Amino acid sequence: MSETIIAMKNIAKEFSGVRVLKNVSFNIYDGKVMALVGENGAGKSTLMKILTGVYTKTSGQIFAYGKEVNFSNPKDSQRSGIAFIHQELNLIRHLSIGENIFLGREPVSKLGNINWKQLYNESKQWLDKLGLKEDPRELVGNLSVGKQQLVEIAKALSLNAKVIIMDEPTGALTVAETEKLFSVIRELKANGHSIVYISHRLKEIFEICDDVTVLRDGELICEKSIDELDEDKIIEMMVGRKLDEQYPRIPCEPGEVVLDVRDLTNKFVKDVSFTLRQGEILGIAGLMGAGRTELARTLYGVYRKDRGEIILENRKLRLRHPTDALKQGIAYVSEDRKGNGIVLGLNVRENITLSALRSYSGRIGKISRSKEEQSVQNYIQSMTIKTSGSGQLLKYLSGGNQQKVSIAKNLDAKPKVLILDEPTRGVDVGAKKEIYELINQFKKQGMSIIMISSEIPEILGMSDRIMVMHEGRIMGTLDRAEATQEKIMTLAVGKEVS
Amino acid sequence: MKNKPLIVLLILCVIMSILNDRFWTWGNIITVLRQTSINAVIATGMTFAILIGGIDLSVGSVLAICGAIAASMISSGYDVVLTVVLTLLLGLGIGLVNGVLISKGRLQPFIATLGTMTLLRGVTLVYTQGKPIRTTGAEESVLFSKIGTGYFLHIPIPIYIMILVFIIAYFILRHLRIGRYIYALGSNEEATMYSGIKTDNVKLFVYSASGLLAALAGIIVTARLSSAQPTAGAGYELDAIAAVVLGGTSMAGGIGAISGTVIGALIIGLLNNALNLLQVPSYYQDVAKGVVILIAVLMDRKQKAAR
Repeated sequence: MSETIIAMKNIAKEFSGVRVLKNVSFNIYDGKVMALVGENGAGKSTLMKILTGVYTKTSGQIFAYGKEVNFSNPKDSQRSGIAFIHQELNLIRHLSIGENIFLGREPVSKLGNINWKQLYNESKQWLDKLGLKEDPRELVGNLSVGKQQLVEIAKALSLNAKVIIMDEPTGALTVAETEKLFSVIRELKANGHSIVYISHRLKEIFEICDDVTVLRDGELICEKSIDELDEDKIIEMMVGRKLDEQYPRIPCEPGEVVLDVRDLTNKFVKDVSFTLRQGEILGIAGLMGAGRTELARTLYGVYRKDRGEIILENRKLRLRHPTDALKQGIAYVSEDRKGNGIVLGLNVRENITLSALRSYSGRIGKISRSKEEQSVQNYIQSMTIKTSGSGQLLKYLSGGNQQKVSIAKNLDAKPKVLILDEPTRGVDVGAKKEIYELINQFKKQGMSIIMISSEIPEILGMSDRIMVMHEGRIMGTLDRAEATQEKIMTLAVGKEVS
Repeated sequence: MKNKPLIVLLILCVIMSILNDRFWTWGNIITVLRQTSINAVIATGMTFAILIGGIDLSVGSVLAICGAIAASMISSGYDVVLTVVLTLLLGLGIGLVNGVLISKGRLQPFIATLGTMTLLRGVTLVYTQGKPIRTTGAEESVLFSKIGTGYFLHIPIPIYIMILVFIIAYFILRHLRIGRYIYALGSNEEATMYSGIKTDNVKLFVYSASGLLAALAGIIVTARLSSAQPTAGAGYELDAIAAVVLGGTSMAGGIGAISGTVIGALIIGLLNNALNLLQVPSYYQDVAKGVVILIAVLMDRKQKAAR
């Protein structure tokens, strides 16, 4: 075993009373590639943000090169030779490669003006090391994502980074670019750099990593050499969460096929085909970037389809705008509540009736306030929306109540198909349960529901069937009876279930 | 202390009644209201634009070109009703072009309307050849000039027009579907689109309305002077924006009301009147106006930040 250069010991982190990391230990070895894996929300990012000084730990110790350190900001960790390459690269598109590499520490002459010659010469040297032939004067925006990644690495190297953390580095890369990245990683290793490699792609981990650390629900599950593991073992460790009985699933007798999607293809999803029956909850599972939200938004008319058919009750739909989807009976509760689910500056009443305002107004478009008020009071009561009244602005409601308003708005459009995208994200436990019960009510009333969730237990607990997506495709569909966390995760990382 | 703009207005009234005993005369009040009416009509359209998070800089130029067209129609013997209707439609059409540039062309409202503002000013100068177009002498001229100079029950016609415009705008914003969409769009465009609302259509409505109201202001100005000046309306967009902002409407969109614009327009009208009554030299008037606008907006800002 080679020398441990970074050791995080018994790290705990709380966010306003909620423990997101519990006694996690994490090691980085000299000249090795350490894989860090876990489900969405397992605590990988939080752990890395603590290591790089973005967050401060609640308790625990960090040792770098044998000495205890306390990074209070990213600059501190940078000085200790740790660089973090984020999934969304931190480059400025309108600046050149060289300007990006030396941003904030440009070489200056005696007079204080930037020494461009030196800047570009040095940039060129770093690029050469990585085998990147681009002119350092080229704008970053003109480079492919793969090359941008290499620029980030060049920047890290120019900062004297010993340890480079890469978060999902191959997410947007082509096969050739991935190969190139891997050869760079091998090169870096040979030159004594250490890498932390965060990825959902287990194949890549087996190709490039030396050791694996698995996190689950903020806890360390194991740290092992890659030779002692195989893909199935990693998947088992990633999920293995206890299923408790908090999901009030009700049995369903699925009726007729309501929605029939055939070969749906666009920029985000590829050849997606599935059916949805009346009174059924179809869960869609998958890891971040699997294309679930994009699929939902294609069905809702936000994104255009390039190919394929969306058939609702035997009618082919042409969806060019959410208004078309709503008219046909497809509603969508967004995962990005504040971004596009609700209008924070409008009140409860105005939000709930926004999608179906036509049904409250006459020919010239005059809104009947009494009709509106009556309907809104109904929603507030039946959904137990906690608000001081229908005139309360949405920004003063809690996350759970905002979510209920978002759901109510979609219900008010009287949909046949209700798509719920992460319906319990950012809501507290009590409200979660209420939302589950509401979903079941809709099901009983004969609505057909598509529920997207990153929480596998939630998907397992609520769905009648589970569809798993990976990189824009459907990897498999599981019946409730056969579905397990392991099977879902296996499909989600892009492996076939045996 | 919810209604800061109203308080500013009342303070101005109190100060004026102390400083000048001619202030509270019927004649002076009517003068203030009549002088306010032009800006008020334009500011109403501007309120729509600012509520959706946009702006309409072209209003002054729309006023000029529409005034010029109206004047030449009247002087060529066209009927008053036809002239008014066609001029209003012209304003609406120009507004629609602004709306298309902004919604379909995805231009920043500031840039799009800056472009049409400059372009239309040029068109007006070319069309009028830099000279005023007089309506005097034409058959319909006397009736046409009534729009700007006439009285009904001792109150000038422009005041009625202003009040009518305010009432209609209030009704649109408070009671019509499109009004609700305007607030929604100004607060969160993406969520509004996700709620199945064609936000492009809302933008087309708003800029068309602004163009129409600028044309209406153009008719009033031309009728009042019995002549269309090629430079009419220059800088009016700024007075309109000032009225809207003084009325508490947020430049970021989504927050505000027509009642605020009523008060904002009155503050500006009153200020102009007061500075004249107090015989402040005209160069100093702009200084004073600027100071009052900044103080009023700062007070409003502080109140919002404290919330």
